[in-house]
Amino acid sequence: MNWRRVWTIAVKEYRQFFRDHRTVAATMLMPLVQVVLYGYLSSEVRHQPTIVWDNSHTAQSRDLLRAFVNSSYFSLDYYAHEMRDVVRYIDGGRALAGIVIPPDYATLLDEKKRPEVMVAVDASDATAAQTALSAAQAVGTDATRRMTVRALRLAGEPLPSVGVDVRTRAWYNPGLRQEVFIVPGVLALVMQFTMTFLSMSTIVRERELGTLEQLIVSPITSGELMLGKMIPLMTVGYINVTTILLLAVFWFGVPVAGSVALLYATVLVFFFATLGMGTLVSTVAKTYIQAVQLIQFLLLPSMLLSGFIFPVESMPRPLQLISYFIPLRYFLTIVRGIIIKGVGIDYLWQQILILLAFGLAVFAAAVLRFRKRIA
Amino acid sequence: MNSARTTVRAQGLTRRFGDFVAVNDVSFAIEAGEIWGFLGPNGAGKSTTLRMLCGVLAPSSGRAEVLGYDVARDPESVKLRIGYMSQGSSLWDDLTVEEHLAFYAGMFGMDGPAQRAAVDEWSARVGLADRRKELAGSLPGGIRKRLALGCTLLHRPKILFLDEPTAGVDPVSRREFWDLIAGFAEEGTTVMVSTHYMDEAEHCKVLALIYGGRIIARASPDELKRSPAIGPTVRIDSPESVALIDVVEPLPYVLACALQRSSLHVTLRRGQDLEQLRKALAAAGCSATPVAITPSLEDVFASLVNAA
Repeated sequence: MNWRRVWTIAVKEYRQFFRDHRTVAATMLMPLVQVVLYGYLSSEVRHQPTIVWDNSHTAQSRDLLRAFVNSSYFSLDYYAHEMRDVVRYIDGGRALAGIVIPPDYATLLDEKKRPEVMVAVDASDATAAQTALSAAQAVGTDATRRMTVRALRLAGEPLPSVGVDVRTRAWYNPGLRQEVFIVPGVLALVMQFTMTFLSMSTIVRERELGTLEQLIVSPITSGELMLGKMIPLMTVGYINVTTILLLAVFWFGVPVAGSVALLYATVLVFFFATLGMGTLVSTVAKTYIQAVQLIQFLLLPSMLLSGFIFPVESMPRPLQLISYFIPLRYFLTIVRGIIIKGVGIDYLWQQILILLAFGLAVFAAAVLRFRKRIA
Repeated sequence: MNSARTTVRAQGLTRRFGDFVAVNDVSFAIEAGEIWGFLGPNGAGKSTTLRMLCGVLAPSSGRAEVLGYDVARDPESVKLRIGYMSQGSSLWDDLTVEEHLAFYAGMFGMDGPAQRAAVDEWSARVGLADRRKELAGSLPGGIRKRLALGCTLLHRPKILFLDEPTAGVDPVSRREFWDLIAGFAEEGTTVMVSTHYMDEAEHCKVLALIYGGRIIARASPDELKRSPAIGPTVRIDSPESVALIDVVEPLPYVLACALQRSSLHVTLRRGQDLEQLRKALAAAGCSATPVAITPSLEDVFASLVNAA
């Protein structure tokens, strides 16, 4: 390895990269846009537009509705005069939930009977509906418990002392904030996108320009060329990681629980995997368009199967097996481990080693693959 | 032929792409300090041969040595010692003149003061001292070629391979370029250059005519013009020279005929007599008399291709 030649390539790449203002702007802004978008889109199902048909119009019914509002999952935006209104609003998508309180609600309560309140939820999006349904259940259970306690107190009877008291603790993310989970994942995802997209043009662009032949005839070795082309991209990658982390900490309030130094070190390992992959594609493709298509073919499954959206543990077995070959999977575990849980190398060394092995393998494949093209 | 001054030696050099034989059993030797011209139409195998000699493309069979190194077995040793200017662009539009020179200096291991000295020297030698800060993308074609030449020469190779270096360049720039090449050849650099400009071919000490992947003739330009493979050449100055082509071309003893400037050049087959052409012209009602001339390289080339 002749470092002078590696550096010569790197200097050329730095100059070309920073002279191309549009690419610079896109590369620097893309991560910001992604983090902000994902960060906000990920916020939980809350304040769902809800239509209410209150047939009771009593203090008791208003009491119950207040409980729905206080749960913060329902936002009582519309009031219906008949059942048709409820159906129409949910059909039209203006409301995602409908609450129907019967006319005899207060009467039944006074008679110590259990009135039925209907909560209908637009379950087209099953995940969002699930949250709303659980929230509605909780509102009901809570109201019942409060009413029972009040009734017993009024009757002068003692409160029952039997029962199980389940104490829950939300570790690592006590506020149960979605962005704590999502933002570190976006960091990994954005790194993967930026790095592969930048590196996939490295070789194929020189091939299209005709300058590759000149590089091949120079004394540079395949490894020196690849490394020289990767170094500037790693710099860009580190700038991106830093912006995303600053945004995570100061905008989304997602602090880094673990070691920032370890995080930056593992990012370097991930760079090798992603840049190696992009460079490999770049040596295989004959044109830039071909490279783009190949990369898309590789990136989409990696986004779906890495555990970024769907947990790997809940995937069918064959898909889980595929996910073992997706470097993003390991990097996600590492990044979430360091940022959210604050664990160190003693817990993550296996993931880091696998990622390192993967990175070295694709880098070597790119170097060897390019060698063949010279001969 | 195998003297100690031989810098390039090819024996039975062949390259196939699938069923297509781009270069077919080519053998030649180039002496040190020569300007060796490679003349042939597009697709004749010029670029493929040059690429094999530069170690960029592996030969399918046969062998070639450049400066004593086998191009198939030791391409890296070859690459270290040669300069190669490919047919396509070898410049990056978004780098300046001096950045290009510094890049190639770095590629060949020069750093710091040595690199700066090389950039100073070569930007001056190719006449770009006052355009050092300009982006290559903004330079006109002829000047781009000079920069590319400077980039290939800056590590002082013993042999220079130029693949159609002046394609698409205006005549004045072409002449300037050839003056540069001649200068480097005088300093002892061997130059192997492919071209399809006949006027450029005249600069070469040895010319090899390649056609259909085979070398069909190899000699100095003057020797080629006296080639025993072709018969006499005549010039016919007639106002109807365009119409005459249809008369002359089908004649069995005519090897080649083509308009050059306003006159018609006709080359006969080997051993054929001019008298029969005169009679044929008279029969066709042409009053002009054919004048015997020394064939131009274009005549020779067309004739040799047709004879092959």
